[in-house]
Amino acid sequence: MKHHSSSGKPYISDPAASSRLTLIAVSLVILWPMLELAQFQPWLLLNPENIEVLGNFLVQFIPPNTEADFLRIVLVATIETLAMATAGIALAILIAVPLGLTISHSLSISRIGPGSNYLFSKFVRFIARFLMLFLRGIPEIVWALLLVRIFGLGPTAGVLAIAITYGGMLSKVYSEILESGNTLPARALLVSGSGRLAAFFYGLLPSTAQELASYTVYRWECAVRASVVAGFVGAGGLGQLMDQSMKMLNGGEVSTILVVFFILVLLADNISLLIRKQLE
Amino acid sequence: MGCIVQNISFNHANGNKALKNISFSVNSGESIAIIGASGSGKTTLLNLLSTALKPTTGYIEHNGSNPWLVSKKALKKIRSTIGTVHQSPPIPSQQRVVTAVLAGRLGQWSLFKSVISLIYPLDILGPHTCLERLQLGDRLFDRCDCLSGGQLQRVGVARVLYQAPQLLLADEPVSAMDPVLSDSVISQLINETVSRNATLIASLHAVDIALRWFPRIIGIKNGEIAFDLPPAVVTESMLKELYASEMGNLPMQANRGV
Repeated sequence: MKHHSSSGKPYISDPAASSRLTLIAVSLVILWPMLELAQFQPWLLLNPENIEVLGNFLVQFIPPNTEADFLRIVLVATIETLAMATAGIALAILIAVPLGLTISHSLSISRIGPGSNYLFSKFVRFIARFLMLFLRGIPEIVWALLLVRIFGLGPTAGVLAIAITYGGMLSKVYSEILESGNTLPARALLVSGSGRLAAFFYGLLPSTAQELASYTVYRWECAVRASVVAGFVGAGGLGQLMDQSMKMLNGGEVSTILVVFFILVLLADNISLLIRKQLE
Repeated sequence: MGCIVQNISFNHANGNKALKNISFSVNSGESIAIIGASGSGKTTLLNLLSTALKPTTGYIEHNGSNPWLVSKKALKKIRSTIGTVHQSPPIPSQQRVVTAVLAGRLGQWSLFKSVISLIYPLDILGPHTCLERLQLGDRLFDRCDCLSGGQLQRVGVARVLYQAPQLLLADEPVSAMDPVLSDSVISQLINETVSRNATLIASLHAVDIALRWFPRIIGIKNGEIAFDLPPAVVTESMLKELYASEMGNLPMQANRGV
């Protein structure tokens, strides 16, 4: 649109400007009540009374507890947590690989043809998709609470809770990674008579292995943290230890456990890096 | 493999008519070159022959059976007897050459053998022999991302030689190679076809290669067969007519400026 301002110079306005302005205004109007509902009041942080309370709380964390007896307990709990996370992820992979491969369209023979079984495979995909949604739709803490009731206190419940939710998450991401890569190699193999799994191994895995592995390791890292939450409801490991320390208001112990967490996350980061380098 | 193509047409999803009423038949031992301007429907025809696409109307029979009417299992078997050389080889760049060639036999192998071969190739001599024929034997254990475009195209050819299909389809199989190499690769494809009494159908951009090597030429223009003749009978004016959309300039390997 060409307008002439009072000075007489030609003035060109951006036709998208008004719609963009409206979009920003509408977003703000929607966002504001949400912040209100979430009781988002960051200024409370600056309240001197609150600063004092916070300070007193944080002071308890220093210094970390380094008594030999406690460190030994932490070590055992760390191993338990790692075992829980690793076993959970291993089971999750067992759930996720078949589900992910079933859902992924890039390995669909019925898409290429013949059309006769198309409805059937569509139905199978729907069931798999629903199962995946159900697994990851329920938070792991709920699964943990439920499973603790069945298996009693201890890591079994934590492992299964992680396996179930993470199986759902991994299968969703696996199928998306498989579809976002270059699917032509797998398709070419399918058209020359290869089976789905062979086409996956020869056509799809080489180009997606890196991404699949690094996402799985990231999920392992998340599982280490999730096992803590599971620990709070009695599923053992570092979480249970942290829960006890917090209940006894023992800040030194809590900060020791937090340091261990940092080390574990750092470890996961390096494992991921190592695997990515290997698969390059 | 004998193929009958009966009145096939193919419409793309957007309604674009790629092929109209195409019919021809081909016997075992025959080699056919398909020529035509860009966008004339050569690749679509090959995709229909490879059963990657289903004809909108009409039918294709491979050795007497219509792949779109048989069971899933029978179709898989038909597909394993058809090998396609693609213009840009559908090979993951992280894969080793030996694995990319072995992939040609996935349709014949059990899943167990396929997976083991991924870790340790159960057949090394086979792929090596195929690569030797294309002067690529020394690249057996290299990764595909260290190959040039022409070398990768030859890996695609080696895969199909290793597959040993009854119907060899090739979509501009030598488009990234220099003239000397092009001739040697085409001669390998034709030798393979004749020696195993298979069938070769190749689309070619370079008209001179088609006329030099193939005993039968099918010219396609705007999705229809313009002529289906032995090369001796194909005249200059027929070719000019075929490439009218490209100002009558005949695409030759010689003037491609390699």
